Parts: sequence; C-alpha cells; structure tokens
Amino acid sequence: MKILVPVKRVVDRNVKVRVKADGSGIDLSNVKMAMNPFCEIAVEAALRLKEAGQASEVVVVSVGTEKSAETLRTGLAMGADRGILIKTDAERIEPLAVAKLIKALIATEAPGLVILGKQAIDDDSNQTGQMLAALLGWPQATFASAIELGSDTIKVSREVDGGTETLSLALPAVVTTDLRLNEPRYASLPNIMKAKKKPLDETTPEALGVDIAPRLAVLKTVEPPRRAGGIRVASAAELVARLKETGVL
Amino acid sequence: MATLLIAEHDGQSLNQATAKALTAARALGATVDILVAGSAVRPIAEAAAKLEGVARVRLADDAALAHALAEPLSELVLSLAADYDAIVAPATANGKNLLPRVAALLDVMQVSEVTAVLAPDTFERPIYAGNAIETVQSRDSTRVLTVRTAAFPPTEAGDAAAPIETVGAAPTPARSHFVSEALTTSERPELAGARIVVSGGRALGSAETFATVIAPLADRLKAAIGASRAAVDAGYAGNDLQVGQTGKVVAPDLYIAVGISGAIQHLAGMKDSKVIVAINKDGEAPIFQVADYGLVEDLFTAVPALVAALDD
Repeated sequence: MKILVPVKRVVDRNVKVRVKADGSGIDLSNVKMAMNPFCEIAVEAALRLKEAGQASEVVVVSVGTEKSAETLRTGLAMGADRGILIKTDAERIEPLAVAKLIKALIATEAPGLVILGKQAIDDDSNQTGQMLAALLGWPQATFASAIELGSDTIKVSREVDGGTETLSLALPAVVTTDLRLNEPRYASLPNIMKAKKKPLDETTPEALGVDIAPRLAVLKTVEPPRRAGGIRVASAAELVARLKETGVL
Repeated sequence: MATLLIAEHDGQSLNQATAKALTAARALGATVDILVAGSAVRPIAEAAAKLEGVARVRLADDAALAHALAEPLSELVLSLAADYDAIVAPATANGKNLLPRVAALLDVMQVSEVTAVLAPDTFERPIYAGNAIETVQSRDSTRVLTVRTAAFPPTEAGDAAAPIETVGAAPTPARSHFVSEALTTSERPELAGARIVVSGGRALGSAETFATVIAPLADRLKAAIGASRAAVDAGYAGNDLQVGQTGKVVAPDLYIAVGISGAIQHLAGMKDSKVIVAINKDGEAPIFQVADYGLVEDLFTAVPALVAALDD
C-alpha cells in the first residue's frame, strides 16, 4: 500500500514571530523555516508502517514555492521514497485549496492511506485533513495518538476532550496526527546525502486544474494585547491576601 | 437568513461550550437555531431550547449519530445547510473534527477559532499560537466558523423554551465505526470551563509528586487540573490535561501555574485568563512576564504553604 503524506513548510517552532508594524502580516524575512512539527509526526508514522512491512511506498507532497522543495527533502532524508512539489508563488494558500490540490493528486497517485499533521503551527487552522476526507468521501480519524493498520481497515485512537476514543475506518482513509503519536526521527547525514538523489517531481495548481484563489480576505494582522505588568509577592500568605483583594477567591 | 449552531454534548448533558458559542452565533445578528444530534438526546435538546435567544432546536435522534462521528454528522448538517448562511460550532475536539468536513462539502473556507465577531462576515482569530491576531473577511456565501469558547461568556437560560423540531438523519455508508473510548472520570470541574485552573509543569518531577502537590491545591480551590506539554510528555499528567497551542485553550478567572516555565506554546493556551499566578523557583522564567502575581519559591514548599494559607 502506498501512503501519501502532505507536509507544510512553516516558521521553525522555536522562532518568536514578529508582526509587521503596518499590520500587513508576519515578518518572515530571514526567519528560520522548518517542516511543521505535526507533519514530521505524520512522516514518521508512515515510515514506521513501511518499516513494519505494511506499506510499500511513502510519498511526501507539499504545496508552495521552490523553497518547499527543501521541506520535501527533509521528508526524503527521514526516509520517504519520493516527493511531489505542487509549485505556486501564491502568497496565501488556504486549507480548502490545499485539500483540493491533494485530492487532484490522489486521482493519479491512488494511495491507500493519507496521513497529515492535525494543524500547522503558523495559521493554526486544523482543517486540511478533514476537508480532504470530505472531498474524497473517505472516512477520517483526526488527532491520532495510536494507529494500527489492518489489510482493509485502520484502527485509530484519537485524543478527544476528556480522554481517548478508538475508531475503525475502512480504507482508503485520512488520518491526522496529534503530538503523542510518535517521536519523529532525525535525518542522519548519510540519509540527507541520499535524499538528494531521490525523485522529486513538480506539478502546478494549473496542471491539476485547481483554483487556489483565497476565499478569506486578511484585513489586518496585529499583535495581541499585552498584559499589564504583574507584581512579585514574598510569600504564599501574601499571595492569598492579594487574591482575596481581587475578589477571585 | 439564519445561523445554525451545532450543540456540544457528551450524550448525557449539554456542554457549556454550546452556550459560549451561542454568544458568538448571536453576534452574527441573525436568528439562531441549535442542532442537537445524537442518540437518545431529547433531554439535551430540551436544555438547549431554554438558552436565551434560540429560535428553535432541531433534534436529530438516531443511533447512527451516537459518538459524534464526523461522516454521518457532516451529511446531516449538509442536509440542513440550505436554510442557513452561517454554520457555527464550538472549537472543541468534536467541533474541530466535524466542521472542516462540512465546510469542504459546501465549498467554503472555514474560519477557525474565532475570538471576536466584528461583522457578520468579519472575524478575529489568533494565529502563530496567539502571537498575532488576524482580522479576516469571508467572501463565501455561507460562513462556517468554529468559536474559541474561552473568548466568549456563556449565554444564560432565558424565560421561554424554543420549539423542538425533529429532523431525520441522512443515511450514510458506514465507513467509520466507533470501537471504544477511555474517558477520564473526575469529580473536578472540566478543564475547558472551570473557574479556577491549577496547572503543573515538569518541575513537579514525577507523576506521584504531580498528584500529591497539585491535587490538594486543586481540591481546596475546587479547581480543574491542567498541565504543560513538558509535564504531559514526561507522563506526569494525561494528554487531555494539556493546556497550550495544540491542547486546551482556557481563560478561567484564576490560573495558577506551578513549576511551569512558560513556553510560548503554553502561554497560547492560558494568557487570556483573568488573573494569572506563577509559582516557580526560577525568577527569570518567562511565565512571570504574563503573571499578575509571581511567587519566586520552590514549589515543594510554596504550594503546601499556599494550601495552609487558604485554610487560615
């Protein structure tokens, strides 16, 4: 079975982003970029299924500029077999457009399973996997904390409010990953070198026949309101007295 | 036109997330219907009907709708969608699972985690773990929104009860099945809706000390317990207790962070709390930058002293 893993290039998780002073967006100049952490978990999950002999091929796909090829190379260095870049210079590509692009790709790639991160840490939308499943008419299991692949079904434990829930989905299906599904591996230097020789194909939204024009207009982007500075208290007793003054206790 | 709000419930009772999302739904300015979907959920529909400002409750009671599976639920919402120009759900695990599926089937781009309604088509939402707030305007003919419940007060029950109309569930091929669930049972308030939250971090050192230090304080304050990602990763607390960008977002009246350094991902989940207390022996910890009251002290002496001071 082939597993398709869509991945996204985002600001590195350790970067504290800055909002542009004119409210036009986030300042991304000279900012370190990386594969979205949830996408790394998705790649790792697919690789483990392949290593267990349950998958034949792991294909990573990304939507973005030429630079998203670096993110695909990261996936290839982790162990994916092949990459596909859906190349566009569009500034904003919304989850609905990404889902349509991946759906168009699936028409030819025909994977048995798609694994994606549950959300990207830039726009925090948490939509693409669910939208893809809807457009394909496939079952979905979001926020996965454990997966068990059978021959024509997949059993997924999901993180829900208050605990976990286990679902069984008929394949093909879409699974989105939560934090604790696995610990993604680091790519070794030899594997990074090998990844440079792995196939990386390119296509475009036009070639796939998908309109990616944004549906949302971003009117402005601002910093959140800052909290007023607090005070230090000397003891637990003083803390209780202060909290009683505020009326919260 | 009208707004459809999808009720959050556990099959037993209406979750307060519904009343909070209702506040956002009413801000859209149109009449609001609430959809209660599930199996044997008429009492929940009756509770929803009492909320102020609800025009009617649409009750879909069908065994196929138990466990809130996204596939039959999205087909149900789709079958009702023609009556509405806005579809709203709280950004709970269920809402986040369901609503993008509905949006895609309607060919609509969803607005996730709305924190303010500026106009019927214009919303604020946090991005980059709350480090920026984006104002977006929807150009779709139907708006599909999930609501960050911590940003809205609950709508209270009114004097009258809205009518309850039953709707049939659309038959869907069952390609997903519920197998089992393991839910934490706790006498404590639910984390997402609690008035007071006591959260512990990695400095607690072990699952045992997490329980023996945090629980007495939470018990004394009748508080919910939360945890940082580091504490959850280390196995000190359950996954469902994680507060942060990818866990629960809370905004209680009082948030007490114990032994939490304050990574931006954690701050994203609690910085809108009304009063924040930080207890940490490292006076340089970033948590103190958002704390109203900071106590620089070893948590193993400070927390028992706090419990004792509360008893005085």
